[in-house]
Amino acid sequence: MKEALSLVQRLSGHPDSRCWFVSWSPSGTLLASCGGDKAIRIWGREGDSWVCKSVLQDGHQRTVRKVAWSPCGNYLASASFDATTCIWKKKDDDFESLTVLEGHENEVKCVAWAPSGNLLATCSRDKSVWVWEVDEEDEYECVTVINSHTQDVKHVVWHPTQELLASASYDNNICIYKEEDDDWECRATLTGHTSTVWSLSFDKTGQRLASSSDDRTVKIWKEYPSESGQGDLSWKCVCTLSGYHGRTVYDVAWCRLTGALVTACGDDAVRVFKEDETADPDQPVFSLAAQVPKAHSQDVNCVNWNPKEAGLLATCSDDGEIAIWRFKEED
Amino acid sequence: MSGGTRLENANPVIFQRAGERLLTATDEDEDVHDPIDDREIFDLIRSINDPEHPLSLEELNVVEQVRVKVNDAESTVGIEFTPTIPHCSMATLIGLSIKVKLLRSLPDRFKIDVHITPGTHASEEAVNKQLADKERVAAALENSSLLEVVNQCLSTRNI
Repeated sequence: MKEALSLVQRLSGHPDSRCWFVSWSPSGTLLASCGGDKAIRIWGREGDSWVCKSVLQDGHQRTVRKVAWSPCGNYLASASFDATTCIWKKKDDDFESLTVLEGHENEVKCVAWAPSGNLLATCSRDKSVWVWEVDEEDEYECVTVINSHTQDVKHVVWHPTQELLASASYDNNICIYKEEDDDWECRATLTGHTSTVWSLSFDKTGQRLASSSDDRTVKIWKEYPSESGQGDLSWKCVCTLSGYHGRTVYDVAWCRLTGALVTACGDDAVRVFKEDETADPDQPVFSLAAQVPKAHSQDVNCVNWNPKEAGLLATCSDDGEIAIWRFKEED
Repeated sequence: MSGGTRLENANPVIFQRAGERLLTATDEDEDVHDPIDDREIFDLIRSINDPEHPLSLEELNVVEQVRVKVNDAESTVGIEFTPTIPHCSMATLIGLSIKVKLLRSLPDRFKIDVHITPGTHASEEAVNKQLADKERVAAALENSSLLEVVNQCLSTRNI
């Protein structure tokens, strides 16, 4: 039995600019992409192929760095270098701009919805992470500004089931935050990467977190019961994937359906890793299951597993293209 | 660059410029595969203007051909540049200008790494990290005033 990544389709996502990020809707039926052309595109399936369903323009004055779907799938948030985050509401087959979240001093790098859909997190080059609360009237209010990082914050991601937030930074560290008495605090700082941490992805249980870095490694972190009993969280690095990536690892995604780990790399390759299920959970072993060396003609910026269709993968690149892949075992 | 402000390095040492590239018979032969070489890359960056002086990076010895490493087959270019003084505040701008020049001139397949020559700048590591972060470089190039300064460094000088 051998695993392979096969190309399903290539889409000219953001011609003449970078495609920075792709994100599947919770139902897995739509894919949102964003890029250096300041636009967001929504892709849907028509027959056997993926086509552009709508283009969201005029929301941002500069690059749209990342997009995120609300857990209900009715809202899309977009983080931009113009220092704002736009919230878009799905209306029939189109999207309308609902509100613009302002406050960050400069580029917003990432946005993420909590599993409840009531909270939204944004992070910025201004070194801060903001948590926003959403009420029934679609009003957004900033409930906290956290300054635990000393540099540009690249990525924020929520735990799959709990209100636990993780962030990754140019300061090489990962921070994990929890709310206590209406106050969000950094409860764990994960140190170990030797350069910028670009991306994070929880596994389906949320007990483990994968991180990807400019140091060309991917690390797997695991939560352990607190040693101090003071409520601080204890996360330890249990595995480092090194020697596989030729350049910066810009993104990592952990499939909630299959457990496969996929990476996006500055060496143009996409790599899929699978965990050895017989290994000690405190010393997991991951091995390379499949790779496409020239998955794109330039840096791969993002990898994302479809949340409903096991093995369906979307990637995007500096060349402006989006690619849809299928990861499966071959006979 | 701007009159009246005090120069960081008032009296830089000026170096001799290299001669023109000598063309050989194979250079003009369309049938011979002609990979991009170090000298070609050097020719692209040597005439970049210093942000502070009316001199080129070559004349200030900020760039040298021996510090250019190109591998056409692997589509990689590595440049080391040497700031004129260890506390030069223009180091990031100079590195950015080199990077932008090569991004604009070379085919998209090339991976371009621009570093400070080891041991020649106080904030070497911080500047290198900044120049290697393509997200921050992309954001910087969307800043119109910074882009204007970079374009000035890249504009052809009338000698």
